[in-house]
Order: sequence, then C-alpha cells, then structure tokens
Amino acid sequence: MKREQLMVAAIENGTVIDHIPSDRLFEVIRLLHIDECHHDTVFIGYNLRSGAMGKKSIIKIANRFFSEAELNQLSVVAPNVTLSLIKDYEVREKRCVRLPKELRDIIRCNNPKCICNNEPIQTRFVIIGKVGKCYYCEKEQDLTMVKLV
Amino acid sequence: MENPSLVSIAHLSREKILYLMEMARDFELRPNRKILDGRIVATLFFEPSTRTRLSFETAAHRLGASVIGFTDPKVTSSTKGETLKDTIMMVSNYSDVIVMRHYLEGAALYASELTNTPVVNAGDGAHQHPSQTILDLYTILQTQGTLDNLNIYLVGDLKYGRTVHSLIMAMRHFHPTFHFISPKELAMPEEYKQYCREHDINFVEHEDFNEEIISGADILYMTRVQRERFSDLMEYERVKDIYVLRKEMLSMAKDNLRILHPLPRVNEIAQDVDDTPYAYYFEQAQNGIYAREAIICDVLGITLEEVRNDSTIIQ
Repeated sequence: MKREQLMVAAIENGTVIDHIPSDRLFEVIRLLHIDECHHDTVFIGYNLRSGAMGKKSIIKIANRFFSEAELNQLSVVAPNVTLSLIKDYEVREKRCVRLPKELRDIIRCNNPKCICNNEPIQTRFVIIGKVGKCYYCEKEQDLTMVKLV
Repeated sequence: MENPSLVSIAHLSREKILYLMEMARDFELRPNRKILDGRIVATLFFEPSTRTRLSFETAAHRLGASVIGFTDPKVTSSTKGETLKDTIMMVSNYSDVIVMRHYLEGAALYASELTNTPVVNAGDGAHQHPSQTILDLYTILQTQGTLDNLNIYLVGDLKYGRTVHSLIMAMRHFHPTFHFISPKELAMPEEYKQYCREHDINFVEHEDFNEEIISGADILYMTRVQRERFSDLMEYERVKDIYVLRKEMLSMAKDNLRILHPLPRVNEIAQDVDDTPYAYYFEQAQNGIYAREAIICDVLGITLEEVRNDSTIIQ
C-alpha cells in the first residue's frame, strides 16, 4: 500500500477509486466522465501490482465527490472497487458500490433486433441477480459480458 | 393513468384474461355492430403479415370503424430514414388506436410510451404476439369449456415458436400440464422450462411423436418445423417427417381433443386430418376476429358491460 501511495500522489480532498481491474480502467473513466473533467487534478495509476488482483488500477480525483447513483454505475464494469472519500488528506468514508435495481443508458442490449439498438432511445435494464433484463426486448444478458452505451 | 395498450401477454392477470374471453364470447354471438362508428383504427405493418392484418382489419370493419394504414413499409417514410417515433407521433394524431406489426423486438412497448393513443402489438419480431395468444386461449376455452387443468401438447418448433412461448406464459394462471414434443435441435429453451418451474407448471418432454404419446391430450398445438432453423441439414432431413400429424395417429385420441395451429400450415398436419372432428385450426383462425374485436374495444376503454348492452348490433 505504501508503494502505491508513492506511485500515485495523495490528494487533499476528493475521491479515490481503488481496485479497478486494469482492463476496465478506461470504462470507469468514461462512465464517470473523468475524461471531460478539465479543472480538477486527476491521478491515474494503471497496471499497479496488487496482491489480491495481480494487476489493478486506481484513480484519484481531486475536489470531486460523486453521487451514489453515479458510483453505483461502476458496479456493472467493476463490482469490487473500493471508494474512499478524502478530506484533508484523511480517509473520511469508505464505500462499496452496489448494483442498482435498474440501469438507464449505461449498458447496451446485445440483441441486434432490439428496438433500443435501432431507435434513438435510452437503454433500460432491470437487474435480476447477476443478469440484466432488457426492458424492451426482455432478453436477459450476463452483466459481465455487456458493452457500455 | 394506466396505459391501456396491449403489448405483451406476460402481465395479463387471470381476471383480465377471463374478462377478454367474455368479451370475445359476446362478439362471437353478435360480431357485426356499429360500436366503433366514427373511430379510426390504424394498422401499421412494418413487415408483411397478411393473415394478422386481415384479421385485425376485419375485426375493425365489423365493428363499424374505419381503417387506415400501410401493409408494406417500402411505401412509407421509414425507407427515407424516418424514425419509428416520428411515424407513431404522426399516426397517433390521425387515429384512435394503432395496431402495429414490427420486425424489431420491443417496438410496440416503445411505441406505447410515445403516445396516449393505445397501441396493440400485432407481433414485434420474435418477442410477443399477444392477440394470437388471446385467440388461442379463446379457442381452448371454447372447445374445452374451461382453461383450468388441461393437458396441452405443444409440437414442432418449440425453440423459436413465439406462439408456444406466449401460450405457456398466459396459461400460468390455469394450472396446465404441458407436453413438449420436438426434435432436440428445436427443444423448448431452458428459460421457458425455468419459467414453468417457477410458476408451478408441470411439463414433460418428448422426442417421439406418436399415437400413444398424444393419447392424453386435450389440446394438440402444432407448429411448423422449418428447414432454415436447422444448423445441421442432415438432422432436418431426419426429423422433418417425424413431426407430421396424420389421421391414423388420432386413433387413441380423447373425444375432447382439438388440434390447433397458428397457420399457415405447410405439411405438418396431413390434409386427411382436416376431416376429423379433432381439427379446429380454421375455427381458431375465425376466433381471431372475435378476439381482436375484444382487444380493440378493450384498449379503447369500451367495457364488457357496454359490449353486452350494445344498441348498435346489426342483426
């Protein structure tokens, strides 16, 4: 852990998203619109060594605190991330992400004949256990295999 | 306000199904009326389906409604790139109810969310075709006197057959026992077997199709085994003649057995079966008119009581 902190600088205030599977890092960045964040400082550690995961990634974003709904979106691509809310260089709160009951405009339906892949509409999925059921075509899909919108 | 559209069979309660059966029964007794005089029914067929369209349009005309629509999307603006949304928004300004057939799954649900004009799903891809199920249920009720505790044998393509999947869902309220008879390659998908288990529906699977197997049937629901569904054409050649119903296979049939088929039939029911008292598929198609009369009235907010006390009946 100390090595990591050396590799990715500490932030005074903000959010740390840790234990991101490295192959999902860029999806996490897109989901939270971190790539559109032009004012705040962002540190990204990619392919860091991790005892439990082999390789992991970490994002530290200064002066940003996300809503629960925003963070829960991460559960689709990285269900085991840990979130730390930092204030004055101290961890004030730790959180896990939870899969929400419904996902709107987060994942794409893998049924090419579904209306939501053919009209300009938001996708909607009802979450049942580890599968998402498309609100429109009712096809169930494995959440570990889905693509993001 | 609850959306009055009919897009799926999955959410209809037992009470609602029986209510629609009652209404269809009234239309069977007195099919010609002016109860929809002055109303406009739009039939939007984004893919051709002559049988379903004629059935809906006949139902609308028999109740005095006017019908607008198209039967071939090639002549509409959708070929110019118009979205389904724009088509629906336009047509909903013209008509009182939209009957829609579309090749995309979920299209009817989407359409029903765009407009307050009720939408009737006349088939959306491989997904749902609720009016077919309502007419199937009506035919079962008409021939058996009840929907409860029946032995229903589904034969043929149980993998892709949307009508058999919807029938299972609709029958969940009525404690049926299903027998699934199909080649392995077209067997009932696991998700529907799981659905049966979750809803306490008994089912038995068979690969053989012979007089003994079907001797316990109240309803024999035949579907077509299509060549294009097979990845292995040798397998198709092997099974294509196994799932054909012939007259001699009915020697042990129960008296109350009735044979249904969503039509069109190709060769899966031999012509000589037509002359047996068990054949009921043409009556079933006729029931489509009464079922669709009921569906159109129901989504328009016309109640069973109003249908029964209708003063516009043409004798």
